[in-house]
Order: sequence, then structure tokens, then C-alpha cells
Amino acid sequence: MADFDTPELKEYPVIPHLQEGVMAHSKPFVAKEEFQEQLGFPGELVDNWEQVALDKMEELTGKYRGFRVFLDSCVKCGACTDKCHYYLGTTDPKNMPVARQDLLRKVYRRNFTFAGKYFPKLVGAVDLTKEVLDDWYSYFHQCSQCRRCSVYCPYGIDTAEISMAAREIMDSVGVGQKYCNEIIGKVYKIGNNLGLPQPALVDTLEGLEEEVEDDTGVKVRFPVDEKGADILVVTPSADFFAEPHVDGLIGYAKVFHEAGISWTLSSHASEAANFGMFIGSYENMRKVSLRIREAALDLGVKRIVMGECGHAWRVAYSFLNTLAGPFDFLDPNYPVPQHILEFTHDLIQRGALTLDKSANDDMVLTYHDSCNVARASRMGSKPGGQFTIPRDVIRASCNHFFDMPQDTIHEATYCCGGGGGLLTDDLMELRVKGALPRMEALKQVVEEHGVTHMAAICAICKSQFSKVLPYYGFTMDSIVSVHQLVSNAIVLGNKQ
Amino acid sequence: MPFLTIVYALLFYVATALLVGGLAYKIRQYAKTPAPLKIPTTPAPVTRSGVVLRMFRELAFFESLFKSNKWIWVFGYLFHFGMFLVLARHLRYFTDPVWTWVDLIQPFGLYAAFAMAAGLGGLWARRFLVDRVRYISALSDHLMLALLMAIALTGMAMDYLTHTDIVAVKAFFLGLMYFNWQPIPEDPVLLLHLALVATLMIIFPISKLLHAPGIFFSPTRNQVDNPREQRHLAPWAARLENK
Repeated sequence: MADFDTPELKEYPVIPHLQEGVMAHSKPFVAKEEFQEQLGFPGELVDNWEQVALDKMEELTGKYRGFRVFLDSCVKCGACTDKCHYYLGTTDPKNMPVARQDLLRKVYRRNFTFAGKYFPKLVGAVDLTKEVLDDWYSYFHQCSQCRRCSVYCPYGIDTAEISMAAREIMDSVGVGQKYCNEIIGKVYKIGNNLGLPQPALVDTLEGLEEEVEDDTGVKVRFPVDEKGADILVVTPSADFFAEPHVDGLIGYAKVFHEAGISWTLSSHASEAANFGMFIGSYENMRKVSLRIREAALDLGVKRIVMGECGHAWRVAYSFLNTLAGPFDFLDPNYPVPQHILEFTHDLIQRGALTLDKSANDDMVLTYHDSCNVARASRMGSKPGGQFTIPRDVIRASCNHFFDMPQDTIHEATYCCGGGGGLLTDDLMELRVKGALPRMEALKQVVEEHGVTHMAAICAICKSQFSKVLPYYGFTMDSIVSVHQLVSNAIVLGNKQ
Repeated sequence: MPFLTIVYALLFYVATALLVGGLAYKIRQYAKTPAPLKIPTTPAPVTRSGVVLRMFRELAFFESLFKSNKWIWVFGYLFHFGMFLVLARHLRYFTDPVWTWVDLIQPFGLYAAFAMAAGLGGLWARRFLVDRVRYISALSDHLMLALLMAIALTGMAMDYLTHTDIVAVKAFFLGLMYFNWQPIPEDPVLLLHLALVATLMIIFPISKLLHAPGIFFSPTRNQVDNPREQRHLAPWAARLENK
């Protein structure tokens, strides 16, 4: 099936020489009319698309300070050029963050700056043509909005912001991406990305209850739509059936069981992920977010806890209060929302959970910091809690843990290669190549410390790694959920 | 009044007006554009004073660049802080009597010119030698370095090769400031140096030199990480709620 070569894992990472145009063919399927229209976008490329696109660009420079400042500020110093996993994996120069931004910046300059209007050749400004639009479609769908470049930019320019704006401009002229836009439509119609309706959800959760009871002899509940529960749990819908996600969900249920706190899922807000962010659409992101507010009000809960999901946690932590707040109807003693890891970590700190680390002795673990958790959110009260809290929970659940090299973890972490709305089979080549830097780091700890498994806290990371690990000679089940480790280690019934 | 004096006097009035007016326009534009979402690159400070400290480290040490690439950091730092000292040293042409601290830094300012030129040279070399940087360099990126280098070299030439009548230069600039014009020394190196400086002032607000005000408005660096504690809402986003 694969009509491309998987990059070779080198002994140590090398910054590759560029090869122009090698990824120009990579582009995701275009959204059909019906999926465009349910999001409020034109069904196909509109007639005067050049003008519509420029109007949209101007509107966005007026609405987003970041977008405007980033377009003006870049000095082309080159600091970001070797920081993107897609550049390192593909060697296509348009995957260097600055070059990706320039695809849009050169049109901005041509139309909205003095230098670009009167001296276009001098500053590399160009008109918006069909070729430029095609380039946008290709390369703004080769950015996973992971923000690694923004860490290293001396002005904090975040390519994710440019990518999101570019996708919104493309949506506004009728050229949307099938994967993202179809999924957002499903959330509006059914409540989650997978299109899993309420009866199927109830069924699945009943199945999990039986499975856990068979396994442990303890009746651990998986409640859905239970009014009056204390906590609403919103988790990525992949947690309901995908591996290893579902093992994480079982972990959350066991933790709530042990804590003796009532909780519920919601069929209305049965999705933590918010693809509205990927397409840069404030309105769609808000509409998806409001479902969480509606569910919380409807069920009368006191707290909201989010499951393991990367971009979802960014939207929840950084944007939920803005998009769907204020949450003054919830218990003010807890942050809104809370991450399941904050919840579990807190219980461990208080000694409220009994964990038998030896239950995970068949694994030697490392941990993949998910990009949007690492660089676009926080856990706990201190900066950097997003790095220490997951590791504390892992260390409390297992005996053998080793970190990957320093320049590939924490704020320097690499994207899994499938984030930002790129986790689709029509982008398989990009996904495999984009995983290269993470695979190199993994290989190093496998060789040095005998690491057998990598834990993650993001539905996209987990799905992406299950798929691409085999390309690099690892087994697909060497990716695990953090709460799967908790689930294995937790001793049930101990605290009652 | 000599013709050249009139030309240069007018040139500097125009350049100053464009620099100040252009920057004021852009700063106002940045300040008035809302940042609707909290997007600090994390880990980020959780307090306002923490943000001030982060910004200070960014400006004083180029913290992010240091994390990124030591070569760009060394060259960029040499250039910027060399230029900073050189500019400070030039204050003696605009103050009478000269401020004490400006007097004290005079010898350092001299060496700083070498640092500035060396930094520029290093940055320029990267545009030719590193394939990634070569790929992203437009003609204007080269010209900007050429302009700055020419300013540095003509300035240094007046210290080490042909001495210019700096007393008269000072009289000229003080004359401009107090609208009591004095003749400019008709030394070709000086005239070239000043013409290049005026060019730089004019293109500042319409070029990538906007990174200087831009960094203060960069939401990934200047936002406090407190979205759960405080609701952050832009005016245009608030209007969506009333629909």
C-alpha cells in the first residue's frame, strides 16, 4: 500500500538538507458540499474567491492581534528552520515554519503592505493565484499546530496561528478539508467525532462494566447521562472503543470508583476534542464548546473533568472559559475544567489510592509529552505542572520509567505526526515521515534502557502511534494510556 | 545656507517624521487589535510580574533564540547590543552638555562598532552558507544587512580613516533640534553615513524592522497563563454571546 519510503532511523538526529517540492503532492481530501455547508462555509470554490480570501485575511488581521503581529515581525533569522518534525521527516523546505508562514505572508505583503504593493519582487510578495491557493492547501495541511516553532522564535511567532488563519480563509472560499469538517458535522448532529449515537454509547459502556467486573470481581460503574452526579467527564470519543484509549477510560472509572465520587459521561457532550480549533474557526470552536456547558447545566454537575486528549485539553484549559464561560454555576473550589491527571494526581498525593506498581513490571516505560498539553496548557497550579504531574502519576504506577532525550521532551517535545486535523489515512505518508523525530528519540531509550512501552495522554497521539510504530519496526501495542497504567496498578476496594 | 545643509536638514525632518509617525501608527494598530484567545507558549508565567520578567529575559538575553540556535544567538546578540551601545554613544551629538553616562560609555561605544559589524557579518554569512536560511532569504533580507553594514562601516571609517569635524556635526544636529540651522560638514563619508541612516529610519515602519515593536505585542510571550482563573473575552467575541 505504501508508495513512499519510511525514513531511516539514524544513530543521532541530523538536520537534513532541503529538497524542494518533495511533499507538494501531499494534500488531504477536499470536503464535499454538504459538509462545508453545515459549518456555514460555501460548498465549493466561489467565483470571486481571490477577493473573498483577501477580505477574510484583512478581517482576521483585525480580529487576531497574534496573526497581525506575526505577519509583520518575522526577520527570517532561520531559528525555526530545523524545529518542525515535518521538515525533519520530509526535507521539503516549505515545511520549515518560516517558509510555511511565508506562503501566506507573501500574499499579505502584496496586498496589505507598502513594500509589497510597490516593490513586490524586492520583498518576495506575490499575488494570490490558484497555484498559491493549491500550495496553501497542501502545506497548511502539513502543519499539526504543535507550536514547537513558537518556543524557539525570538518573537514567539506561532505557525499554528498562521495555519489556523489559512485554513479559515480556505474554508471561507469553499475549499475545506474533508476529515476535519466532516467530523465537526458529526459533533453537531450526534455529539461526538465518531458519530456514536446515545444507544450505542450506553451499550459500549455496559460492555465495559461487564468486562471490568469479569476482570476484577468489582462492579465499577460507567455512568452516562446521570443527573445529579458530582462530576461530568468529557473525554475523546476514541476512549469508548479504540486501543489503547479504552484502557485509559477504564482507568478513569476505577479512579472515580476508588475516590467514591459520583460521575457521569454525557451523550450530548460525548467528545472532548474540538476540531473547530484545527480549522481556526472561533464560531465553530465555540459551538462545539457550548455543548459541554449545556451538558453540565442539564446534568446539574458540580465539576467538569476532561479525559486524556491533547488538543482537547488546550481548548478546555485555555479557551473553554472564554468560549463557554462563565462557569459560576459549578463548585468554585475546583478549577474549571480539571484534567483527569490533576484529579488522579491529587488523590495519589493524599494517599487516597492504593497502587501496586509491580502490576506494570512487564513494561519499561517512557512518556511522550503531547504537543498541545506541553506548549499550550498547564496542569496544577505551577508552570510546568503539565510535565511533572503525568510523570508523577506514571512513577506512582510503575517501577521502570526512563525519559527520552531532553531536547525531545517537555516544551521541546515533538508532535506525534498526526495532530492538528491530519490524523487521516489520506495523509499517511506525511504522518509516517512526521513521526521520525519522536521515533529516533524512542529508539534511543529502547537501546539504552530497554524501554518497551511509551505512555501518552492524547487520543490523537495514541491512534497515530498505533498506526506508525510498525513502520519503524516497533510493535503497535507499545503505545499505552497513562490511565491504563493506573488501571493496572490500582488495588480496588482497598479504601472502602 | 549651503544647498547640502538644506537637503540634509529636510531629509532628517522627513525621516524623523516618518519613523515616529509610522511607528506610532503601527503600535496603535497592534494595541487596538484584540487577542481573543489565551495563547501564551507554555510553560508561561501565571502572574503579570512573571510576564514582565519573561519579557525582560527575552529582550535582554534573547532567551528563545538562545534555546534555538547558538550561532544566530551569538551573531544576533553581538549585532543588537553593539548597535545599542553605538546608538547610546551617538547621544553626545544630541545633548549639550553631554550626559555623564554618555560620556562614560564613549570608549565602549568604539569597540561596540566592531561587535556590530562582526554580528552583521555572521548573520549575512548564514544567508549564503546555510541552505535553509538561503532558501528563506529574499532580496530585501540581503539589502537590509547591506544597509546596516554600510552604516557601521562608514561610521567606523570616520573614526579610523578620515576624521570628520564632529564639532560641526553636533552643531548641525543641535541646530535641527532647536530650529537654528547650522551648516553640515561637506565630508563625503559623513554625508553617505547620514543618508544611509535616514534611509533606515524611513523604511523602519514598513519593513521587518517592525519586529522591534512587534515583540511587545506578541501574545505567545506577553500573556499571563491564567485562563481558568480569569475569563478572557474580546469585544467582538462578546458580541457573539448576545446573538
